[in-house]
Amino acid sequence: MRLSAGLSLKPAHLAAAEESDADGLWFEVHPENYMVDGGPRAACLDRLRARYPLSLHGVGLSLGACATPDTAHLRRLRQLCERLEPALVSEHLAWSRWDDFCLPDLLPVPRTAEALACVCRNVSIVQDALGRAIAIEHPSHYLHIAEHEIDEPAFLAELCARTGCGLLVDVNNVHVSAHNLGLDAAAWLDAIPAAAVHEIHLAGHSADPVLGPALLIDSHDTPVSATVWTLYQRLLTRIGPRPTLIERDDRLPGFEVLMQERGTAAALLAAAVVPARAMQHA
Amino acid sequence: MSLHAFQQQFHAALWHDASTALSAQPGFAVYRNTVMKGCIDALVANYPAVVSLVGEDCVRAAAAVHVRAAPPTQPMLLQYGAGFADFLAHFPPVAAWPWLPAVARLDRHWTEAHVAANAPCADAALLATCAPDVLGARCLQPHPAARWLWCGEAPALSLWQINRGERPLPAAGLSSLPWHGEGALTTRPFDTVRVSALPAAGCVLLDACAQGATLAAAVTAALAVAPTLDIAALFAQLLTMGAFAASDPAA
Repeated sequence: MRLSAGLSLKPAHLAAAEESDADGLWFEVHPENYMVDGGPRAACLDRLRARYPLSLHGVGLSLGACATPDTAHLRRLRQLCERLEPALVSEHLAWSRWDDFCLPDLLPVPRTAEALACVCRNVSIVQDALGRAIAIEHPSHYLHIAEHEIDEPAFLAELCARTGCGLLVDVNNVHVSAHNLGLDAAAWLDAIPAAAVHEIHLAGHSADPVLGPALLIDSHDTPVSATVWTLYQRLLTRIGPRPTLIERDDRLPGFEVLMQERGTAAALLAAAVVPARAMQHA
Repeated sequence: MSLHAFQQQFHAALWHDASTALSAQPGFAVYRNTVMKGCIDALVANYPAVVSLVGEDCVRAAAAVHVRAAPPTQPMLLQYGAGFADFLAHFPPVAAWPWLPAVARLDRHWTEAHVAANAPCADAALLATCAPDVLGARCLQPHPAARWLWCGEAPALSLWQINRGERPLPAAGLSSLPWHGEGALTTRPFDTVRVSALPAAGCVLLDACAQGATLAAAVTAALAVAPTLDIAALFAQLLTMGAFAASDPAA
């Protein structure tokens, strides 16, 4: 089954999601929310999996750390993958663990040669444990980091080349980061290796409550912006259709509102043609 | 700077006001706010009866202190906050509500029951199908989802049920509740979390079972605290609510 546009699954939408019959629909969840020993939460996901392809989008492996991934967490992820056989598995180019503590955020990685080696090692550990390639997402950026030695598209391309992992391109993150750091979002998207892109994310952002529009926050609490839709079309024109997720985490509208937004992405995906050059390589 | 040093400095600046080249930038507040908000939101979500009783502002203020003392140690925030009830018991601003920690423990019991391992419950017909002397020699283990608690000072279960919307608020308010101790049994029969009243002796009986006592010994311990206890009725409730895991009769 070809994945078209999907939705991030919210517990409030579970009943509506179970009744939808949209063509090519799939759902994405954070595996951390389903790492339970048993009970109704696990059973809900099993029911949904019986009807739709699932994507596991991890936030807790801390791949951008100097430490290796937590073995207990990786074991739980492997067990979920074995049970749910997800169509897609992804994580972030970020860190969230320090000592014994887990921070509920995607903290930035200085893009140095040393960090690249650590991330490659960590991605390989995960891929070996799961027996499959995963996709890596670049988080939104809010800081100028003097330690960076490599630009982000080159860092991601090298990560893919060394480990065989794919990329999850979050077009909203590209827009937010480019706005906050004064970069060119279109040039960023143009520099990403097309064949490596496994999945695309689309989401909304908002202005920082204190600093205003000078600093955009990757808040996932608004519809996808017009600028992000335009960048998405540009990416599709270059690389062809890829499974695309509408992410919404806050100020949640009704399921049907998200399905409309998802329909916009699905229509753009249906209209996107596989570029001739990519077909030759396929 | 090594990746290790970068992470160490970043982590320190998240929790303290140390000024570094990164934390001096306005965007650093995004990380500080996201980390703190994520932890506090998790506590608010995981302790709904506490929020309903004392208000979200009060819980957020308490949570902000607790998060700094005990940040999450797992990325599964659904299960964050195991120590929040103990924290509330020693948090002076909520000292006026001495029953609040017991209500928080019931919220925690609900969470733990919700995510506990699956296991078949002991057959509700056990009493009818097993001779008393055989039954007395058996050791029944509490089900993985079973939790129990006795609060001697206040009607903790009633307060919890009213503030989780499981029973209506009395017309005359919470202060009109009969003010005596209450116990609560949290279980997950048919994969749905249920919370029911449990006498103090029931808690004693389950404590003994959890420690591996035979049923005869557990009953003796329960009768020691409540000589007039209706053991048959208590046992029927425990079995119906799925408090025991099924065990191999030959074991």
